[in-house]
Amino acid sequence: MSLSMATPDTDIDLWLNQQTDKSLLRFLTCGSVDDGKSTLIGRLLYDSQLILDDQLASLKKESRNRTTGDEGIDFSLLVDGLSAEREQGITIDVAYRFFSTDKRKFIVADTPGHEQYTRNMATGASNADLALVLIDARKGVLTQTRRHSFILSLIGVKHVVLVVNKIDLVDYDQAVFDRIVAEYRAFAEPLGFKTLAAVPVSALRGDNMLAQSPRTPWYEGPALVPYLEGIEVSDDRSAQRFRFPVQWVNRPNLDFRGFSGTVAGGSVSVGDDVLVASSRKPAVVKRIVTMTGDLDRAVAGQAVTLVLDREVDISRGDVLSAPGETPEYSNQFQARVVWMSDEPAFPGRSYLLKVGSQVIPATITDLKFKTNVNTLEQTAATKIDLNEVATVTIATDKPIVFDPYTANAATGGFILVDRLTNATLGAGTIEFGLRRAQNLTYQSFDVNRDVRAAQKGQEPRIVWFTGLSGSGKSSIANLIEKRLTAEGKHAYILDGDNVRHGLNKDLGFTEAARIENIRRVAEVAKLMADAGLIVLVSFISPFENERRLAREIAGDVDFVEVYVDTPIEVCEARDPKGLYKRARAGEIKNFTGIDSPFEVPKNAEIVLSGADNEPVELAEQLYDWLTH
Amino acid sequence: MLKGLVEQGFEARGGLKRRPSGHIQMTSNSPSMRAVEVSGLTSNRLTHLQALEAESIEILREVAASFERSVMMYSIGKDSSVLLHLARKAFYPSKIPFPLLHIDTTWKFAEMIAFRDRMAEEYGFDLITHTNPDGLRDNINPFDHGSSRYTDIMKTAALRQALTAGAYDAAIGGARRDEEKSRAKERIFSHRNASHAWDPKNQRPELWRVFNTRLNPGESMRVFPLSNWTELDIWTYIYSEGIPIVPLYFAKKRPIVERFGTLIMVDDDRMPLNRDEVPHEELVRFRTLGCYPLTGAMRSSAASLPEIIMEMQASRTSEREGRLIDSDSVGSMEKKKQEGYF
Repeated sequence: MSLSMATPDTDIDLWLNQQTDKSLLRFLTCGSVDDGKSTLIGRLLYDSQLILDDQLASLKKESRNRTTGDEGIDFSLLVDGLSAEREQGITIDVAYRFFSTDKRKFIVADTPGHEQYTRNMATGASNADLALVLIDARKGVLTQTRRHSFILSLIGVKHVVLVVNKIDLVDYDQAVFDRIVAEYRAFAEPLGFKTLAAVPVSALRGDNMLAQSPRTPWYEGPALVPYLEGIEVSDDRSAQRFRFPVQWVNRPNLDFRGFSGTVAGGSVSVGDDVLVASSRKPAVVKRIVTMTGDLDRAVAGQAVTLVLDREVDISRGDVLSAPGETPEYSNQFQARVVWMSDEPAFPGRSYLLKVGSQVIPATITDLKFKTNVNTLEQTAATKIDLNEVATVTIATDKPIVFDPYTANAATGGFILVDRLTNATLGAGTIEFGLRRAQNLTYQSFDVNRDVRAAQKGQEPRIVWFTGLSGSGKSSIANLIEKRLTAEGKHAYILDGDNVRHGLNKDLGFTEAARIENIRRVAEVAKLMADAGLIVLVSFISPFENERRLAREIAGDVDFVEVYVDTPIEVCEARDPKGLYKRARAGEIKNFTGIDSPFEVPKNAEIVLSGADNEPVELAEQLYDWLTH
Repeated sequence: MLKGLVEQGFEARGGLKRRPSGHIQMTSNSPSMRAVEVSGLTSNRLTHLQALEAESIEILREVAASFERSVMMYSIGKDSSVLLHLARKAFYPSKIPFPLLHIDTTWKFAEMIAFRDRMAEEYGFDLITHTNPDGLRDNINPFDHGSSRYTDIMKTAALRQALTAGAYDAAIGGARRDEEKSRAKERIFSHRNASHAWDPKNQRPELWRVFNTRLNPGESMRVFPLSNWTELDIWTYIYSEGIPIVPLYFAKKRPIVERFGTLIMVDDDRMPLNRDEVPHEELVRFRTLGCYPLTGAMRSSAASLPEIIMEMQASRTSEREGRLIDSDSVGSMEKKKQEGYF
């Protein structure tokens, strides 16, 4: 038997109809190389006769020095794509494979099994309807099986097939199969899979792949491929609440204004009432436009252009919903995050968050706990490392529209992007909104910043000095404060060292602590500015991210970043506190300029050159700048 | 009737309509092909072609919305034809909001160039063509300089020149993951550094359809909306949507010489012939299109789409075999991509 498509020799129309009417199943395979995952996929491609003559020839050539199956072919060679992987003999990324049967087209995401590739598995799972969890019959349920299943539940894959592979190597023993299945079912119970089937197979020998194997007469369920052909997974994104994230405003001329996007949940018909989720402005759907003609109705998954009955202010990032079924609109939510970067995640650091077509600065405000992907144990943490999963609170700079991930993956799944390198650092699933932004107001008092500033006859501001230790920050700040005070102004210096003796004495010098250090100082500076003061902050603040954080916390308070640009040789020669000497001797670790970097400010309002000027001259320059 | 259709490579405005008898006929004024049309929907579930179409449209719109200067690579082949069709659908009733870029090596089939110009006129898109001026000056050609050097200069370098000159931050291509093993792992939004190179070890994770489109100065993105399509999907979609394609895909008698088992069409008199070589007429068609001296034809009598699809299903040779570029070594495509080849 073969699972290839009927050849179109008799009735071409019938055949082509069959091709165009097929449904699509996206699934991923989880398991390690040892479980025979690549072999299983290779076998599917081979049996579906998708391995063509020229590929087969090159495959047999490549198989020569490898462990091969009955056919003299190492099936895994078909799917291990990149040269580096072929050399190492492991799969390190997500590879996509395609095969078809008469009933379905399949897109397979082949993802690596090792713990260090949790991120790749999460990536593969994000677009899958179903997962094959492979188990080596000789080994049974392993730590990695639990890890894979946990990630599946995290990403919300609802359908699982437990593939007990290498059943030939345990002599097709039913007891082995039953024991593994029972153990897995007990473990997977709380993970909330909608369907869970188990099939005993030998990918290498083809047992229970296309048809029930005579060597497992005790197994009464369907073979793997027929099961995949038949399972119903369209879980009814069409039955969800209507969501239409606007992707692109379609405006060819003054007479046409449409909103292009993909229906992310539910359905929409001409005449339906809709609501813009952020502004809560109502409208009625007038037309559903496509190039091949207007539609009466569009369902989840369809890419269309909606025309509304009235002028409503809508732009990319807005979400249309049905009245009474609106998504959340808030600037704070709880989420689970999978970290995907070598650079750990820290609370307080600012990232860009993308959900749907909304992109906005966001901060992890609270790291509640990490979940061990192997044991599901929850532990406290101060940072999230590569491949770790954590539950966090995230605050966005402005309110965004979202749904809990379980209600809608398209409006509840997000990525976090580095603001400097633009790398994708992590991905997350929203659990619930923490408060409604429209209810969120700051306590407002009659005496406000303007009143207090007027009383003092000055403009409150934050002057943020950044530069190496010994660059002259404190000296300049001191001179400025003296001059301002002499003029009857009210100023205050927040100094790095001094603050660490009091407010921040609980903080060490790890990266997480440095961020928290900056955050607290910036918040205090803002309060002082609010009280009407001119705040002079003297902090090494070596990282662009943290300086930006300070600027963002300052909000509408005038923020002046002053970079005291003094070369390290000069600073080290001055060494007023003897710190460079101790750092060189190895007594101080992570010392900026020695074994920790100083990122040259790109956004400083003013740069003071400390190499060839005395602090007095620099203070003079700065005073002129500040007062003119 | 069928023959006429084939020779014109489909009229743009015509539609395919299926008659109960099972034959295919051209209609000159039907606006769409209701019988097999992809966009119409009878249930809540999309067919695989509807799902692929919607995914590609979403990707194309994301490009238009996210980048300052995007461009679509137009190779004139069947995948490009599908891409063009999808772009028209994605932005309708607006025009395609980015130009189409064709790298003209000067050795493309004449019919391809004619088809390209006809499409540009009919659909009114902006067409940019670029030829490597250095290669042109040095008369770089596949005969005197070998396929590898020729490809480097007239395709890879030319593409880099055009992308740099246009300062494009996003270039859309028609590559599919089923074409070649290294492509199976490439992202839909594939990041390129300032020298247009791909780093397969350092790809951005791509989850759901939340694409990270952000770039630093000098960097760019290659975007592949057809990533999840297979060759069969392309052909069945062309069939059901009535998409015009270059007539070279259909079997016809063409002047052929055979070299090392590859059938080369003598498309013009620039092709140097060996003393004992005489072009002879053969009934052939092309499975992929490129530069005529480097594109092998196949003996075939498939003169209509159903016949092509039928023949493809029965064939046992992969699509890229007709291209001479891949056969050098395993992993050669991966190397080329790291160097900036599309």
